Amino acid sequence: MSINRKELEEIAALAQLNIPETQVSHITESLNQVMAMIEHINDANTLEVTPMAHPNDAWQLVRQDEVTDSSHKNELLALAAHADEDHYLVPKVIE
Amino acid sequence: MINLSVRAMSAMLESKQISVQELCGVYSDRTQAFNADTNALITIHAELNAAELLQAQALLKQGGHPLAGIPLVHKDLFCTHGVKTTCGSNMLAEFVPPYNATVVQKLSDQGMVSIGKANMDEFAMGSSNEHSAFGLVSNPWDLSRVPGGSSGGSAAAVAARMVPIATGTDTGGSIRQPAAFCGITGIKPSYGRVSRYGMVAFASSLDQGGVMAPSADDCGLVLSAMSGHDPLDSTSAQQPQFDWQKPKTPDSKGLKVGVVSAWIEDLQDEGIKQRTLEAIAQLQANGAELVEIDLPHADLAISAYYVLAPAECSSNLSRFDGVRFGHQTEHVTDLESLYRQSRSEGFGQEVQKRIMIGAWALSSGYYDAYYLKAQKVRRLISDDFKQAFSQVDVIACPVSPEVAFKHGDKSEGVSMYQADKFTIPASLAGLPCLSMPIGFTQGLPVGLQLIGNYFAEQSILSLADQYQQQTNFHLQFPEAFA
Repeated sequence: MSINRKELEEIAALAQLNIPETQVSHITESLNQVMAMIEHINDANTLEVTPMAHPNDAWQLVRQDEVTDSSHKNELLALAAHADEDHYLVPKVIE
Repeated sequence: MINLSVRAMSAMLESKQISVQELCGVYSDRTQAFNADTNALITIHAELNAAELLQAQALLKQGGHPLAGIPLVHKDLFCTHGVKTTCGSNMLAEFVPPYNATVVQKLSDQGMVSIGKANMDEFAMGSSNEHSAFGLVSNPWDLSRVPGGSSGGSAAAVAARMVPIATGTDTGGSIRQPAAFCGITGIKPSYGRVSRYGMVAFASSLDQGGVMAPSADDCGLVLSAMSGHDPLDSTSAQQPQFDWQKPKTPDSKGLKVGVVSAWIEDLQDEGIKQRTLEAIAQLQANGAELVEIDLPHADLAISAYYVLAPAECSSNLSRFDGVRFGHQTEHVTDLESLYRQSRSEGFGQEVQKRIMIGAWALSSGYYDAYYLKAQKVRRLISDDFKQAFSQVDVIACPVSPEVAFKHGDKSEGVSMYQADKFTIPASLAGLPCLSMPIGFTQGLPVGLQLIGNYFAEQSILSLADQYQQQTNFHLQFPEAFA
């Protein structure tokens, strides 16, 4: 598996990243090296093997659906670059 | 003073031979003096936290609190209330959390006093601590070399005795490899042993907080305090709080230690091979029975890891949108450009690379072929360990095939990834594992990895402590930092 420029642009869009023109060939090569390394997993016979998503799939916990913490609205809004008293502010989306 | 164990420092504090302020002052002075050489810390507290000092003094008065008054630094991805938590990234360069990570809170509750925050590879992605927005970290044993990573700042700070204890995190070896490169002890507990609440996420099914310190006994004391089920983290295990019991003698009789001979025979570095064989011989001399084991799928671990960890990373790091917290670009034209430009400016190259690998592995057409396939390989590796632990109590193996390398030597290609081949298998399985110092080659420290069964931290720490009762490698630190 290896990618070309067009595929790099698609991946960058999925990742919400911009690739500077000067970096395109370096990043393409760098990702292709990792993808070549990843190919090794196809050497494994995984027929009838159950995927392992997590080491603790035996004890996933649940709790009652109850409010356990009070509002931290002001502290959290204060972390944003732009906010008013009740909202995060972003560029206009709807004309 | 600077090479005393936690127990020895605690005894001095309890008997009032030294005050908390004096002890913390000794280490604060050392962080000020040596950070220019190592760059181990991103933040050094100009003044100690008054509440933490009062808590330490109150607990010392009560007695029975061995960590009260002991200074530490937290890896800079543990959220600290009111103290900058950068994760080594421009994305979080100005982020001041409004809450403490559970690990931070638990150690503070036991009277530990934070004196700073440790440098790290950005978002814990890297094995050299060269990927930090706050500059690379140098290995105290040779400042032209890396300390390992991603917990490189934590390891360097302990190795230079700038602090006696540091927290770290380990996703694929990020506690064990820097511990080995810097000649200290570091433990990654079982997945779920320590709460991940307030620990900035990289790969959620792999990340685990742990401890770095000169000795296994120091690590055991701190791990006991920081572990335990946390209702704030649904992946934290419902296990009793870990309660470290230091062995009274170096006798390891009755313990079966598994060895993968092929891993040792394949080591290209003769010095590492010799130190590894000598250390395993010492375990045997202490009474452990050596048993040959096989981990037949371990050579697939790196490939599987570099699908799974980036996939989880791409999902976790999608929260950094430039809107709610973290870096926001000034070059905004519309909402999408706000997202893309903020992320492109905020994340470094290595982080962007891993996000893209993850986005690719999770995308339509590749999910089954790579992501699901890697999860199946993960199961095979985990089953190998289950089989091994039906025969043995602990596995002893190398941490890294190399000693600390020169800055810049591995900046291209995938050789840095491939050097994690001994640490990643246990990470995928979620097993507890540690690195302990076992001597030197070319003047640089070498570590041995001990892997235990699920929640058997006591067995690996005991074996390490018994080894350290018979050796003094864990007491050695670089002369330049005496």
